[in-house]
Amino acid sequence: MSNSETKIEIKHLYKIFGDDPDTMLQKVRDGVTKDELNDQYNHVLGLSDINLKMPAKGIQVVMGLSGSGKSTLIRHINRLIEPTTGEVWIDGENVLEMNDKTLREFRRNRASMVFQKFALLPHRTVMENTIYGLEIQGMGEKEAEKQAAYWIDRVGLAGYEENYPGQLSGGMQQRVGLARALATDADILLMDEAFSALDPLIRTDMQNILLDLQQELHKTIVFITHDLEEALRIGDQIAILRDGEVIQQGTPQQIVLRPKDDYIADFTKDINRGRVIQLKTIMKAPNDKAGPELSGEMLVEDAAQLVTESPLSQARVTNDAGNVIGVVGINDLIRAMARPDIESRLEEL
Amino acid sequence: MDWLTEFPELGRRDMRDFRKGIDQGFKDFTRTYGEDIESFFEPLLQFLIWLEKLLLATPWPLFIAIVCVLAWFASRSLKIVIGSAISLFLIGFLGMWEDTMSTVSIIVVCTMLCIGLGLPIGILMSRSDRAQAIVTPILDVMQTIPSFVYLIPVVMLLGIGKVPGLIAVVIYAIPPMIRLTNLGIRLVDKEVLEAADAFGASPWQKLVQVQIPLALPNIFAGVNQTIMMSLAMVVIASMIGVTGLGQPVLKAISNQYLAMGLLNGLAIVALAIIFDRISQSYGKRLQSYRGGQGE
Ligand SMILES: Nc1ncnc2c1ncn2[C@@H]1O[C@H](COP(=O)(O)OP(=O)(O)OP(=O)(O)O)[C@@H](O)[C@H]1O
Ligand SMILES: [Mg+2]
Repeated sequence: MSNSETKIEIKHLYKIFGDDPDTMLQKVRDGVTKDELNDQYNHVLGLSDINLKMPAKGIQVVMGLSGSGKSTLIRHINRLIEPTTGEVWIDGENVLEMNDKTLREFRRNRASMVFQKFALLPHRTVMENTIYGLEIQGMGEKEAEKQAAYWIDRVGLAGYEENYPGQLSGGMQQRVGLARALATDADILLMDEAFSALDPLIRTDMQNILLDLQQELHKTIVFITHDLEEALRIGDQIAILRDGEVIQQGTPQQIVLRPKDDYIADFTKDINRGRVIQLKTIMKAPNDKAGPELSGEMLVEDAAQLVTESPLSQARVTNDAGNVIGVVGINDLIRAMARPDIESRLEEL
Repeated sequence: MDWLTEFPELGRRDMRDFRKGIDQGFKDFTRTYGEDIESFFEPLLQFLIWLEKLLLATPWPLFIAIVCVLAWFASRSLKIVIGSAISLFLIGFLGMWEDTMSTVSIIVVCTMLCIGLGLPIGILMSRSDRAQAIVTPILDVMQTIPSFVYLIPVVMLLGIGKVPGLIAVVIYAIPPMIRLTNLGIRLVDKEVLEAADAFGASPWQKLVQVQIPLALPNIFAGVNQTIMMSLAMVVIASMIGVTGLGQPVLKAISNQYLAMGLLNGLAIVALAIIFDRISQSYGKRLQSYRGGQGE
């Protein structure tokens, strides 16, 4: 995914909250930090010089702790928040320069959103909520209901069409949120901590639904989370935000194996690496011993059992074309999972 | 040290001229525009008279039946339906049917006016902090000024009759409608509004599909209060020629007819309770989705 085309490109985006953002912008560019800006000038630095390219048809995760600017960032993509300065390019258009009408059309047809607290319309049933975006587009009621019924079914809520959000559990409400967003057929899906309010089990459920749907829909998804596990599981690309700045971006493997600084290393050290690292990352040169053939993209954790069961405790690693490109032994797998210092081998990453 | 104990008053002559100036100014205004204003309100007067005649021409069992049906659809409560029927019957039985019909007609027209004027003003207030800053003090004055005081200019302008009475009642009863519409819309969940924005809703779509429906329980509380306040105002308005249950009360006060005053007063109370229970339970039913058991 990392080398596919770019769908959303953010350039030099700044957001400063307060009475006089333009004056403060100069100070920030001159090196004033978030804390100084807050203490001395009474302004909040929301985002500082954000530059990001988000892959088309991929899931871009933006991760960071509370207050790091995640919500502010995602709201610039559909301009629910006006920037202090900067550009957001989507399909060759700068969203931040659209007039009111073009912006509304953009929001209606090209980018839909799922919210942390669901933000459903409490006075409308599941069906009426799901057709909301279509109604705004101006679609006829019959057609809209047909389309909505399809998505309600896809998120597993068939039979609940006439219920009100207040009658549903959190997980079910967020399914409605997802159906409502998918129904508009926009090719960009913005998800601001969409699963953060849910219990762990239900959250995993929702992640699975999203990943399954994405396999066939190939939307460009911007997914915000403060949870590294979730980020690694969902993301094709991850950007890590701190104090309004992007401090590292890359694939899940790159983040886990080559954390850019101690801050990120601290985050990643407790992670289950077996679920992130792929065989091709840790394989050694091929030998002539036998073993099951496994895809280079298989995760270490998934390979562990197969390798354990094979007589020589090793597997042969293949590329997309099916050619053997290397081997992994059981020791390699264990070492990878046990977070040793394997960095020296990863130069090719 | 006189100036400490004697308040520095405007001289007596100046004061008289000052009052005279205002009175004269308003009289001139009345003379110039009085007729125009009167003819402006003519359709309203015709409608009020038409409604009153209609109610009086309606056979009493039919009227009670209609009220019962309305009560049932609004509240789905048998208790309220039976209560309404019995109190209406008693009112008629005790000889107050005609006055009651007059009062009902003026309350209906007044409520319609309050909704028709109050809703847009409330919406305007909710959309602009400036409008709110301007309208709020006006509402404060309308609610606190003794109602007799604003009867004076109304009577000077339009004389004694139904229309000035109606205007007085509307001025008295409209503030809660405006306030609660404004409040209801301002209280709508910011996150739901953000979602509407995110899906590209225009300001009008937001108002009609999200803000008003979600403000409806509050708006209904406003309607309810408006009805209650116009009923309370009916007695005072009868001083300037509004017919209905207020007039016998007035007569009872000046002649010390205890029973007459009490009965008509109780009839007003009965009407108030009927209107209140019906509109309140309708308002509650509007929110049933919140409790989780949708209709
Ligand atoms: N309207 C606003 N006015 C002033 N400051 C704001 C405003 N909105 C956000 N901020 C500040 O900007 C910073 C980033 O906020 P943001 O909501 O984007 O963080 P977040 O990463 O989404 O956090 P969370 O995980 O809590 O949702 C915070 O310091 C916040 O206090
Ligand atoms: Mg947030």
